Amino acid sequence: MANYLLRRVVGMFVVIILVLTITFVLVRLAPGDPAALMLGPDATPQEAADLRTRLGLDDPIIVQYAKFVGNALKGDLGESLFFNRPVTSILADRAEPTIFLALMSLFFALFIATPIGIYAAYKRGSLLDQSSVTSAMLAASIPSFLTGLVFQRVLATNFGWFPTAGYGGPDADLWVRLGHLILPSITLGITNSALILRFTRASMLDILGEDYVRTARAKGMPEARVILRHALKNAGIPIITVVGLTFALLVSGAVVTERVFNLPGMGNLVVNAVLRRDYPVIQGTLIVVASIYVLINLATDLLYFFIDKRVKY
Amino acid sequence: MASVSQLHQPPSFRVVLMARRSTVVALVCFVLIVLACFLLPALDLTAIGGMSVRNRLTPPGADYFLGADAFGRDVLGRLLIAGQTSLQIGLGVAILSSSAGIVIGLIAGFFRRLDTPLSRLIDAMMAFPDILLALALVAIFGGTVGNVILALSIVYTPRVARIVRASTLVVRELPYVEAARALGSSTLTIMVTHVLRNILSPILVQATFIFAYAMLAEAGLTFLGVGVDPSTPTWGAMVNEGRQYIDTAFFLILFPGIAIALSVLSLQLVGDGLRDALDPKLNKET
Repeated sequence: MANYLLRRVVGMFVVIILVLTITFVLVRLAPGDPAALMLGPDATPQEAADLRTRLGLDDPIIVQYAKFVGNALKGDLGESLFFNRPVTSILADRAEPTIFLALMSLFFALFIATPIGIYAAYKRGSLLDQSSVTSAMLAASIPSFLTGLVFQRVLATNFGWFPTAGYGGPDADLWVRLGHLILPSITLGITNSALILRFTRASMLDILGEDYVRTARAKGMPEARVILRHALKNAGIPIITVVGLTFALLVSGAVVTERVFNLPGMGNLVVNAVLRRDYPVIQGTLIVVASIYVLINLATDLLYFFIDKRVKY
Repeated sequence: MASVSQLHQPPSFRVVLMARRSTVVALVCFVLIVLACFLLPALDLTAIGGMSVRNRLTPPGADYFLGADAFGRDVLGRLLIAGQTSLQIGLGVAILSSSAGIVIGLIAGFFRRLDTPLSRLIDAMMAFPDILLALALVAIFGGTVGNVILALSIVYTPRVARIVRASTLVVRELPYVEAARALGSSTLTIMVTHVLRNILSPILVQATFIFAYAMLAEAGLTFLGVGVDPSTPTWGAMVNEGRQYIDTAFFLILFPGIAIALSVLSLQLVGDGLRDALDPKLNKET
């Protein structure tokens, strides 16, 4: 156990170093002088030279790399060229809407997908099963910005049930802010429910064929109890895996959804950074998001260990 | 009653692929979309590209089957032209990422020494959410069709590589590979003729899904204003342009949106059908 834990943590550390390396290489893939590229076509050579010094671009590449990794591990992701502030503090300002959006949409996705997935597996082959599988696929095929725009137009603009866009202004209290996230979360939740539904259905199908489910039924245990107690509990592991996997989908979806609903989150920040060629912000966002993903994956793996005692390492 | 020979004959690939009605419908639907996009504009049935400001934002009707956009251009005509680009991007990414993924996956699966570093690199690449990595790459490369294909291929290559590696690890231990090795076949021959040929099915399935994901991702990127240059129409770009007129001409975002969803859905259904048809173990399922 301790051995396994250690191996996993070392592995995670290696992956994070690689993530840093990839982001470092990415920006240097850009053709031409990064400083001139960041400043745009109107910059004077003097400005470009100043920026080069500020970013340490005159150092040998190995030194730059070592500094970059060292600083990142200390939590210093550089300074935004546009805001002239540390990237970490900008990201911290923008984290709230994105984190709430991700959590709320995960909640909606689970809320939609788990019961339907269980029921579809239970009534396998029925009309409801087939239509739920097909609609899950349809939900995953509709671009989330289209769902968002339709919801925004119909439910917010026409019916006025939800705020149209934004995050309620700078002084809005928590409930107002969360209220602004309901429609974006439903949008993102629908897109992401597809994968969870298919996984839940598939793992429930596996479990429902197991001997112990038949035994439980043979003992005369009520159906609801068989499903919830025996089947769902054992289907939990694949469901946890898929929830870990949806994180990447959630973040990708959040970038688009925040743009549709004009939320001041990390997704909107990174799109603006791309449009402004604010490379330190792009780099910083990539690093933070990828590291969270790596941590979540480690956490889900460890969770298996505690849920399923049969998992041996 | 089935005769003995029939009992021993597994159902052919085509029979299994066509057994599900949804797969057939999806395949027909996708072929129709492709034919429409690449053949109809050439036939010049509609007034494509012609602008007439007088007709701007005409709703769908007799004159303009799917309406006219803000410049008075026929939406249907533009939809077909834009579809060419969107489909090319999807296909390009599917081919490029599969090829790169095959090479990397085979190397990782064959050479033990390279396996760990390559696998960790794949893990690290997959830690980046697809749109986010594609955004950064397109920002760096610039927004041309070729660069979007390149960026999205970099995003999806690790997925293929991971599958190829896993399949290679299984296949390389099979007796016929051992036999080939004993007969003195070179590593390259074994890799290509014995291993690759036998793991093509999961790659084909994955390529179909990547085709679909790439089309969705391209639409997302272009919607964010970071994808293909606005002078080249794509379905994502049409939705983005239509956003300004969402209150007066909702059809401007609806039709390209439906085009994306229909293509992606049919590709995913075909991918599902392929997976079931190519994997005999799954034949009994669903």
